[in-house]
Amino acid sequence: MSSAINFAFLDEYAKREIRRSVLKAICIPGYQVPYSSREMPMGRGFGTGGLQLTLALIGEDDCLKVIDQGSDDSVNAVNLRKFVEMTCPGINTTTRLQEATLIQSRHRIPERPLLAHQILVLQVPYPDALVIVEPSEEKRKTMHGEADYSRLLVKLYEDIVKFKEITISHRYPTRINGHYIIDPSPIPRYDVPKLNQSESLTLLGAGREKKIYAVPPYCSAEPLAFNDVPFRIEDFTGANGERRTCMICSTSNSFLDEFIDEQGSRVYQCSDSDYCAQQQECVHG
Amino acid sequence: MDKILEVSGLSQIYGPGCDQCFTCTGPEFETNICKHCSSIVALHDLTFDLYKGEILGIMGESGSGKSTAVKCLYFDQMPFGGSAIFFNNKEQKHLFTLNPAQRRSLRNQHFGMVYQNPNLGLNFDISAGGNIAERLLMNRVLNYSEIRSRAHELLTRTEVLTERMDELPKNFSGGMQQRVQIAKALSTRPSLLFLDEVTTGLDLSVQAKILDLILEIQAELDTAMIVVTHDLGVTRLLAGRTLVMKYGRVVESGLTDQILEDPQHAYTQQLVASAL
Repeated sequence: MSSAINFAFLDEYAKREIRRSVLKAICIPGYQVPYSSREMPMGRGFGTGGLQLTLALIGEDDCLKVIDQGSDDSVNAVNLRKFVEMTCPGINTTTRLQEATLIQSRHRIPERPLLAHQILVLQVPYPDALVIVEPSEEKRKTMHGEADYSRLLVKLYEDIVKFKEITISHRYPTRINGHYIIDPSPIPRYDVPKLNQSESLTLLGAGREKKIYAVPPYCSAEPLAFNDVPFRIEDFTGANGERRTCMICSTSNSFLDEFIDEQGSRVYQCSDSDYCAQQQECVHG
Repeated sequence: MDKILEVSGLSQIYGPGCDQCFTCTGPEFETNICKHCSSIVALHDLTFDLYKGEILGIMGESGSGKSTAVKCLYFDQMPFGGSAIFFNNKEQKHLFTLNPAQRRSLRNQHFGMVYQNPNLGLNFDISAGGNIAERLLMNRVLNYSEIRSRAHELLTRTEVLTERMDELPKNFSGGMQQRVQIAKALSTRPSLLFLDEVTTGLDLSVQAKILDLILEIQAELDTAMIVVTHDLGVTRLLAGRTLVMKYGRVVESGLTDQILEDPQHAYTQQLVASAL
């Protein structure tokens, strides 16, 4: 099969177009660059935007890590990894963050800070943060151009009025490099500060919506907030006022997933499976 | 007195327009529809000056072009011809040569508009306070507590029950919606306020309250206003000067008292006589 298809599945023209779009996205941080998203042998919504970025960028020396909601073993991650292994012969894949040069992720940014030689590719379902307040794409483009995000702020205002706090749990509108506001894909609020002044390049690809945008290294990423109601992340504080810990590795500084155990009580576990495994290795030597 | 707005030769045509549009329409022809191209000449050669703190009334029957004039000046539509200069301190802005971004900025910061239909001026999907917040946020007021206190202050000023500040305006009565619209328009303390048939469709007691409110605000903030109405009572109460329009043309202009006491044009005489 490998001889019947191109290396990395896409034809060279498609890869070149995506790379050009990536360069433009890096030059204009946060700007959504349109591109002709190709049909992939999987449904839109399964991460085709992120996958096309990965396939356009991957080279022989790269080592790829694919995660879904922080886990290396979930269906989306396993299948995308298999697809890349099948279409990119000779490429190494890993579950260990430190070994990876290219990380494709759905809904999470890895726990450990990424380094300058690494590229994070995020799969994006809805690229435009303004879509919740303005249905017309033409008007949204004008609003982005003029950095007119007052209607997004009204959304936050209404949230505070109703619930006494900002209740957006994921897809938190984030201003990049002082101008464009992006939808940073459905990462939790916890991950948004990781985009700010990150050493690594973050690329976001929306296959269905045919958009690519970027947060270049050492670029500011400020979550949208009022001056007197600052942005805050999930704190995982329990009823006793203490920070909850992972039931597997006992760490208290990671993003936690909540489960109901067989006894019906709530338990917590690191969302990033690789981080959790490495923490256990540290503890057990 | 400081001039705030200078309008000259403002014209608007709905339709393809032709060379004869302006010569075959008007009060003397008793029509504003061009017989050659069927275009509607909504406005032709509207010229006036407006000074700081002044209230100018534009009066006329339905279809006379009064709302069109205000819509052109508020950038809801671009005119066919003419010019308008907005004086902001020592700065002059030629309204119809500005780019869309400059127009939006001017509209958000210096102009206010109260429409006859609150649907046009208010966002019914967000609370009354949120409507005011939207305008403040457009003007870079980014403190939540400041926005709340200013919205509270404005709604108190416009006699909207502040306990209902966080309710959706679609649940309000027509008069209260209109008062929320006024509060929203005033939130940025605009130097020029357009009022398009603000009291039409409201009962007399609510009308009186809104008119009193407009006068109080004008005295307090020294805001220049253009009041469009077909109601002679509203013109008499609010406007110092008045333009009377028919078929897109100004048929008479002058001091309101003078026009109402001693109308010169036949149409104005008819208008005054029918009102009395």
